[in-house]
Amino acid sequence: MAKIKFTSALRRFFPQLCDLECEGESVQQVIQSVEEQFPGIQDYILEEDGSLRKHVNIFLKEELIQDRNTLTDAVNASDEILVFQALSGG
Amino acid sequence: MHILIGTTKGLLVYRHSTFLDDPVLVKTHFLGFSVSMAFIDQISGRWWVGVIHKHWGQKLHFSDDQGKNWSITKLPSLKGEKLPNGKLAKVRQIWSMASGGSDQSKNLWLGTDPGALFHSTDNGHTFNLVSSLWKHPSRLKQGQWFGAGSDYPFIHSIVINPEDSNHVFIAISCAGVFETKDGGTTWNPRNNGLIAAYLPNPNVEVGHDPHLLLMSSSNSNILWQQNHCGIFVSKNNAASWENIANKEGIPNYGFTIAIDDDFEGRAWVIPVESDERRIAPNLKLQVYQTDDFGKHWFEVSTGLPKELSFDIVLRQSFYKKSNLMVFGTTSGNVFYTDSTSLTWKSLATHLTKVNCIFIY
Repeated sequence: MAKIKFTSALRRFFPQLCDLECEGESVQQVIQSVEEQFPGIQDYILEEDGSLRKHVNIFLKEELIQDRNTLTDAVNASDEILVFQALSGG
Repeated sequence: MHILIGTTKGLLVYRHSTFLDDPVLVKTHFLGFSVSMAFIDQISGRWWVGVIHKHWGQKLHFSDDQGKNWSITKLPSLKGEKLPNGKLAKVRQIWSMASGGSDQSKNLWLGTDPGALFHSTDNGHTFNLVSSLWKHPSRLKQGQWFGAGSDYPFIHSIVINPEDSNHVFIAISCAGVFETKDGGTTWNPRNNGLIAAYLPNPNVEVGHDPHLLLMSSSNSNILWQQNHCGIFVSKNNAASWENIANKEGIPNYGFTIAIDDDFEGRAWVIPVESDERRIAPNLKLQVYQTDDFGKHWFEVSTGLPKELSFDIVLRQSFYKKSNLMVFGTTSGNVFYTDSTSLTWKSLATHLTKVNCIFIY
């Protein structure tokens, strides 16, 4: 199972959120697996059409994912995924 | 009464009891996040708050215990819908909310950017797109609905006739005022007499920019609006509009308006210098009142700062409930007064931009 880590900013809304090991052959499937454990978290990460929110980044093996629209980047069991917010000011 | 003040950095809740005492800060909520909409359902007592997260999108929260505990509800969806330009439509911001009257106690309406209206018949558990408005021929044709200060049009005013909950007006920047008399099955533009000075034809049927729309609670035939191109009143249920701004001076341009519950011809506006210079006129924060449907305007600024001010007031940031009037500025200052004495007092300073105020 892939390991997935989250920005601490998401713990304000999901206090129990921690590093997880999730099933899934694509980033989309992994996010769906996270959603099953933390209902509602998908709405924070993804737009209503399933694309990645503009100011959220997902790193797969330390690289930004390629497919922000449908999250089809392939995930292997040994991979590590990081969900992080883009930096912004104001 | 509670005063809900939504700012770009959180929600402040004050309690007002009597004009003998200053309102008291009860609590702050959603600190660090922009509160785009605050609404209290006067039938259920439920508090609703729209919160914009810079990273995590728009959220819709509610509380049934006056803010002690908050829940989040599923945001209405435009999944699969497209904008007139062919792009996928997404709910970008919650702008307005209104509840049905006592004859429709579980009905809620929700206005959003990009110009989508949603309706709930289960007290906000679920919202459905009002497709009759979404598919209105004027929206589907590019150039009649368009953004103003935003990339897309947004529904900022929802006005329900207290005598008939199926009779609803909405106001859209930009498109104009629309009316339904059948609970949202059919909609018709009601913009006769408005001016769209920024268009080649200022007298178009659709393409207007009402900044805020209000209905008299004592006479549903009377509607008021602060518009991009003046201040307008209708005495015939929006069949026609009359420009009552002082076209040579102030008040004219502005975003917000408040009206009196009992005195039909009385309203207040907080002018902005002009479309080109969105600052307090002559760099002085001012409130103007009319008692005769805009034939005459006079200043009622006693108590407001006399020193240089950039403060202006956005459309949702001026609210009157009974005799209590409160407004908050883009510079983070909040003032209140008893509408019968009209001596403004400072409620809060050094905040950030005030997006919205609701009192109940």
